[in-house]
Amino acid sequence: MKPVAFDYVRPTNVSEACALLAGDDGARIIAGGQTLIPLLAMRLARPTRLVDIARIADLAFVRDEGEDVRIGAVTRQSVAERDPIVATKLPLLAKALPWVGHKATRHRGTVGGSIANADPAGEIPLVAVTLQATITVQDAAGSTELAAGAFYLGPMITALPEGAIVTHIRFPVWQEGRTGAGFHEVSARRSDFAFVASAAQVALDADGRCAALGVGIGGASDTPVRLDAVSEALVGSRLEETEVREAVVAATANLETVDDLHASATYRKRVAATLARRAILDARDEALGGRHAR
Amino acid sequence: MRVELQVNGRRAEVDVEPRCTLLDCLRDTLGLEGTHAGCEHGVCGACTILVDGEPARSCLMLAVQADGHELTTIEGLSLGPGELSVLQDAFCETHGLQCGYCTPGMILAAHALLARTPQPTRADIVEAISGNLCRCTGYGQIVEAIALAAERLRSANIKTGET
Repeated sequence: MKPVAFDYVRPTNVSEACALLAGDDGARIIAGGQTLIPLLAMRLARPTRLVDIARIADLAFVRDEGEDVRIGAVTRQSVAERDPIVATKLPLLAKALPWVGHKATRHRGTVGGSIANADPAGEIPLVAVTLQATITVQDAAGSTELAAGAFYLGPMITALPEGAIVTHIRFPVWQEGRTGAGFHEVSARRSDFAFVASAAQVALDADGRCAALGVGIGGASDTPVRLDAVSEALVGSRLEETEVREAVVAATANLETVDDLHASATYRKRVAATLARRAILDARDEALGGRHAR
Repeated sequence: MRVELQVNGRRAEVDVEPRCTLLDCLRDTLGLEGTHAGCEHGVCGACTILVDGEPARSCLMLAVQADGHELTTIEGLSLGPGELSVLQDAFCETHGLQCGYCTPGMILAAHALLARTPQPTRADIVEAISGNLCRCTGYGQIVEAIALAAERLRSANIKTGET
């Protein structure tokens, strides 16, 4: 046995879980455990108690609420990946999920776990930031909503208050007629951590012009980043390759990219612009093809 | 902590520390040593088992998290002592294994694929075993073995899933 000794509790509801967290500074939440258990094995995490929320039934759901789709925090990634609501209403999330870890880790890993873990290379946080999702958190005092853009503060650092638990995520559903999504990622090997990833969702009007666009970059910086300048530059255009290229190059010029032994900051910046362009063009083509037309 | 596990269709009650991984519990407590311990932090796939029919890494689960789930290890695939499943047999026939360390994990990952996808493409097969490292074969014969087993299972008169 490699981890340090700890207690294990399995509360039956969120309030009970919050109370357990509040009562013990060394307590940590476990859901799928696909990041926490390796940290335990390496003794980088030394909790006194694990609060297992994976079986709280109220936290496992995918619900279509019209304006948005709500996904409960302990919904497993493999369940979301196969969910028909995700497939039709959240084309970008559907496209990104197969990139999350491997089949074997997606079967245990949860959507909320990935959101709260805040790995800069995480695909689900990238989608949440790109689509401007809202993250609902709950503590002993009650529940609060946080914008995904304000949730990520740094690598594995979030605005989640101490003693709080992510309960669900609201992903907005784009109401425009023709919507398409694109997702690209570069890593050393299949399903490894992304050096750079880009996610884009595009909606076209009846005339074929861009009605809405969201594009984000993950893995390159300390947190996922939404390129708002690209949306501003391209809404109303026909998303021709040249204008898309110019917009993403300009928007990524001042992106603060990470330099590490895997890839240089310059490489990440160049790849970010390239992947963003590809993601937007894929999204445009998918919207034109009407695969997600409603 | 006392935990009730369902392993290979049998009930097993074990007393484990919360920090005991499912992998250690299967190997050391239940003596099911066919599940191999590789990297023990979720990278290599050697410890892959099936949890409710889906591949999962037993080193990335605590034994206490596993109660109530149906677990299948490599020992649960063969039809009887000394017998091999169609998939296991295909691995032997195509030389899909050399040292054998990754093999139980590979076979369980492939088993889950064939249960869901009776007619996998090469890309499906590669994707299904992409989380399992093999340092001997170069993967070519493993892909071949899974394709062969898929073909045999399709042409044989057995229900899918009973690989």
